[in-house]
Amino acid sequence: MRRIPLRRSASVLGAAFILTWSATGTAQRSGVPGRPDDRTIVHVLNRIGFGPAPGDVEKVRRMGLAAYIDQQLQPERIADAGMTERLAGFTTVAMSTRELADTYFVPALMARQRRQRQTTQEPSMMQTAPRQPVPGAGNAERQVLGELAEQKLLRAIYSERQLQEVLVDFWFNHFNVFAGKGPVRMYLTEYERDAIRPHAMGRFRDLLGATAKSPAMLFYLDNWQSAAESTTMRPGPRQQNMRRGLNENYARELMELHTLGVDGGYTQKDVQEVARAFTGWTIRQPRMGGEFRFEPRMHDEREKVVLGQRIAVGGMKDGEAVLDLLARHPSTATFIATKLARRFVADEPPPALVDRAAKRFAQTDGDIREVVRTIVTSPEFFAAPAYRAKVKTPLEFVASAVRAAGVNVLTARPLVQAVRELGMPLYGCQPPTGYSDEAAAWVNTGALLNRMNFAVALTSRRPMGRVSVSSDAVIQQALGGDLSDATRATIAKATEPAQAIALVLGSPEFQKR
Amino acid sequence: MISRRVFLKDGGLALVSLGFAPAFLARAAAQAKTKQRVLIAIFQRGAVDGLNMIIPFGEREYYAARPSIAIAPPGSGADAAIDLDGFFGLHPRLAPLKPLYDAKQLAIVHACGSHDGTRSHFDAQDYMESGTPGVKSTRDGWMNRYLHAKEHERATPFRAVAVAPQLPRALQGLAPALAIGQLDRFGIRDGQNGMMQPSFESEYAAAANALLRNTGREAFNAIKMLKEADPLRYTPANGADYPRSAFGEALRQIAQLVKADVGLEIAFAESGNWDHHANEGGATGTLAGRLDDLARGIAALTRDLGDRMQDVIVMTMSEFGRAVTENGSRGTDHGHGNAMTIVGGGVRGGKVYGRWPGLAQDQRYEGRDLAITTDFRGVFSEVVRGHLGLHDTRSVFPGFPETVTLTVLRNP
Repeated sequence: MRRIPLRRSASVLGAAFILTWSATGTAQRSGVPGRPDDRTIVHVLNRIGFGPAPGDVEKVRRMGLAAYIDQQLQPERIADAGMTERLAGFTTVAMSTRELADTYFVPALMARQRRQRQTTQEPSMMQTAPRQPVPGAGNAERQVLGELAEQKLLRAIYSERQLQEVLVDFWFNHFNVFAGKGPVRMYLTEYERDAIRPHAMGRFRDLLGATAKSPAMLFYLDNWQSAAESTTMRPGPRQQNMRRGLNENYARELMELHTLGVDGGYTQKDVQEVARAFTGWTIRQPRMGGEFRFEPRMHDEREKVVLGQRIAVGGMKDGEAVLDLLARHPSTATFIATKLARRFVADEPPPALVDRAAKRFAQTDGDIREVVRTIVTSPEFFAAPAYRAKVKTPLEFVASAVRAAGVNVLTARPLVQAVRELGMPLYGCQPPTGYSDEAAAWVNTGALLNRMNFAVALTSRRPMGRVSVSSDAVIQQALGGDLSDATRATIAKATEPAQAIALVLGSPEFQKR
Repeated sequence: MISRRVFLKDGGLALVSLGFAPAFLARAAAQAKTKQRVLIAIFQRGAVDGLNMIIPFGEREYYAARPSIAIAPPGSGADAAIDLDGFFGLHPRLAPLKPLYDAKQLAIVHACGSHDGTRSHFDAQDYMESGTPGVKSTRDGWMNRYLHAKEHERATPFRAVAVAPQLPRALQGLAPALAIGQLDRFGIRDGQNGMMQPSFESEYAAAANALLRNTGREAFNAIKMLKEADPLRYTPANGADYPRSAFGEALRQIAQLVKADVGLEIAFAESGNWDHHANEGGATGTLAGRLDDLARGIAALTRDLGDRMQDVIVMTMSEFGRAVTENGSRGTDHGHGNAMTIVGGGVRGGKVYGRWPGLAQDQRYEGRDLAITTDFRGVFSEVVRGHLGLHDTRSVFPGFPETVTLTVLRNP
């Protein structure tokens, strides 16, 4: 039996934390403390990354907190060879949609169709789980989605470019698509890798444009089949399942969820006009892994008026003009600033900070890196109300637990499964809103028990990999030593080291960041 | 929202501030006395062929459109449809449901669905569960909105349970709802010396954060309630014989929860594999096998629940129906209108509801599918109002007029 010494170092409120939002000025100044305590460093590692791994706090202290944040804001300068090595075995994550379709999805589709034709009359008593991302698909198809989900978790856990991974997750969720809708699953790998990742810290307009042209989004929000009311042209041979004419789905979500926000000042008329602007933005062979194409015969060439502005450039440029207009709209700046501040600071982000971040968005023509810099170096970010203000999402919880325990996982598959059981299946969020970034969505009885069970499984089950640190080290390094007396007393009663670590990772304190 | 939820929970616990065991026992006792109304929802994912489930044998068009898969009219042998009212009949494999129909406990709503024209499983399931056809950005499901609208202090963690690996869209939202794959695996699985559960319990009892503290308390209460119910030693009553399928097992567990008086109000079960584009079969075959599972499951559930069925409604739903005309692979493609079944003591059963639009070419939706004459929200909202007792359903079905159109229930 091991005794866990009670440590009271955390009883003094970290000097870096200012007590209230309002204590901070409105001027744009850095709030990064020069001599941060452990809790402040842990706070930063929890917010601009997936939590501290063993040795991280010390590393950041040596480097300097401001320098660390600055480095994370420039991921292209961070070496990440270990990550490349870890992902070397994942053959599908580097493949193009065309290759994935030819190698995996189209053969599986053919096999399914063959099977369907040959089905015997025997009743099938099998029950499928609801909306499995790949209903009835073969192993080959599952391998693609499996590798994608595993790489996402492995990157969250082991990448040196932590902030980049946070933002790739953030933007994927912002521009959410769902693996379970038709051929979207074929397009996911490319979507995340080529549309989201390169722009995660780039210019918002580029990110918006990349998603607008992605087959994943075009299929998910139905724009690929949206055609001018006057035309008889419809894509694809399966006309019976096709609805003719205009489809407003993408246009509506583009404004409500991607740019302006629901109160961003657009009307139903604007939705229709935007939908008309995007007619003809479609997919070549959508069920066979084809790419984006503009089809002039589906395009509505009449003039459009969006948010009071005339759009009459014609052809594909109509859509581009709408994206220009939306990306630079003040409502978009506020909406994006609010969501980023919610991710990095608090569920109800301080309005003054949102204002400054929105201004920065406008000043820099939507330079995401600069908006994020404004937020994560702000006095509000370091103020007391922000400390442990967020409940971790299941992805954040699982990734941070593995990091905290210093586990070198042999396979991420059980982790992917765990995130699913906690209610956040990766690439499995059905509505275009993406997953919620607020505490209420993630704290419920079943999910909470599953978190505790995950903590137990992670520390006791061999397939997950071996825990490399002591519970003391986890308390100090992952929680900055800040643990309630009750939790300390409970942990002290643990009879085995693995149990003690499970009690740290499953504790109320560890559910927050 | 958070603060409100926490406040209500705290308020509820304040009523019986005597610690854990008395709290949940008192709550459970209170539940038992007030005769908890229960809705058991069954989702037939994949779009069941409603025209072969509830057969309009009185329609000549039905037989003309389905040369290889039609079910013969009643009186033409063992494989014939089972007559309900001289026009509609049950698929022969739904025979276990016939006694419920005769006892006026089973009602059917035909030509029912959403007026949105989508033929995508994804979109149609989404609409059926969000309860907002045509609106994709709805975050929560209609069942959850009901739970939220009628949040009350006696609510237990088992108020809404999906016996499924994942919480269905219909139950997602702000109000607490549980997805339980298997009742006997609910709890802290430490497999060691059993010290983890009390340890976590004391950690959460002292949590500084109210949301975590209250939710933790609920979670450990739930474990204890279930332990009392002892799911491992459950024996169905009245000789009820559940099919040995995932669906049958889910219904069996739901019956356990109902009888355990743990405060269950909405239960959800999944029934998959209804998407029969090829070789659908007729009186025997693929669809028949699925209907057999469905009917034997529901029959066992109602038999098992016995008198409790007075306070229970079992409702089946499926995202859309299938095309009137069979396709070249002896199957059916995605269609529009469909049939729902509603079973329970409070149901005005023994009747097929809904105006029948007819199956002639010009009577069909877009010339090919069964048209819709009843919005599924009409059925849902009647159940929410008449059975679950929420009088104002506007927040549950935003934009849907609150008019009773069907009166499937005795007290709509």
